[in-house]
Amino acid sequence: MGFVNYSKLAVTLLLLPAAFAQSNPILTVAQPQKLAAKRNTDVTAKIEVSIAAGYHVNSNAPHEAYLIPLRLTWTPAPLAVETVIFPKARDEKYQFSEQPLSVFTGNFEIATKFKVPADALSGPSILAGKLRYQACNNTMCFPPKTVEVKLPIEIQ
Amino acid sequence: MHPARMSLVVAAMSLLLPGCNSTAKIMSDLMEERSLGDPKAASVKAGKDRKAAPDFELKDANGHTVRLSDYRGKVVLLDFWATWCGPCKIEIPWFREFERENKDKGFAVLGVAMDEEGWDVVKPFAHYMNINYRLVIGNESIADQFGGVDALPTTFLIDREGKIAAVHVGLSGKRDFENGIRELL
Repeated sequence: MGFVNYSKLAVTLLLLPAAFAQSNPILTVAQPQKLAAKRNTDVTAKIEVSIAAGYHVNSNAPHEAYLIPLRLTWTPAPLAVETVIFPKARDEKYQFSEQPLSVFTGNFEIATKFKVPADALSGPSILAGKLRYQACNNTMCFPPKTVEVKLPIEIQ
Repeated sequence: MHPARMSLVVAAMSLLLPGCNSTAKIMSDLMEERSLGDPKAASVKAGKDRKAAPDFELKDANGHTVRLSDYRGKVVLLDFWATWCGPCKIEIPWFREFERENKDKGFAVLGVAMDEEGWDVVKPFAHYMNINYRLVIGNESIADQFGGVDALPTTFLIDREGKIAAVHVGLSGKRDFENGIRELL
């Protein structure tokens, strides 16, 4: 057996519960359904997001400036983003907050309204999105993470 | 008090005192008194069971190099935190108090901020929170050395020989910290 850093090992063992929480993703995004997009029209895509029980993510509009908001961004082509529509957030009180926080929990949908350019090339394509979130539970928080979203589209 | 029972007490107070702004204060005061989670997990380990804390070298807000080994001979409360971490904000006033009351007894608080944006966000936040102890900006490498710190706050109590005596993962009770510091001093 090679060299073992026992102090590092001991610290790792002590931190296992938090590591376990992170090995099971706190936020997951279901694979979006294929979107049919006719040129020169508006189309709306929805992505389904799930937050693990006992956790929350900050909403897209947290009440406090120091908190990191939920953000969904898309590559600018082949569709143009018009608006990203988040559901109504919930105000929830946690042990660590004097005031209720604006959060999302459980399952929810985020819609994005796209404009299909008149000159978009017809055929299948993939639109790439990024969902950035920062999650906490009642006693601890986790660093911000980004989930990649791939939206299959068929431009007609 | 058992956490579930404490929650019931706070809920009952909220019902009995509708519209009363002191509910948050009551909650905060109770949290100071209680021990969150399993107190044994955070209690100070026997000297023979302690392992050496990994050394590191980081810059403080004034650009001065800070090595953990510079603190040998002192009891150190090493706090991994971030400005976006709500539970970390609860603990900061406690740590300010610990620093103020124990700095002349061979004790120091050292905060390791894990904000990706670095001093641009940490300096104004530290000013806003009146942080009176030394801060450095951490990174993944340092977090890995300490076992992959991911959940914040994570706080290590380090004895005078530079060994890890206790680890608190997540928001802990103020009394847990006080007991640990007292024991190590």
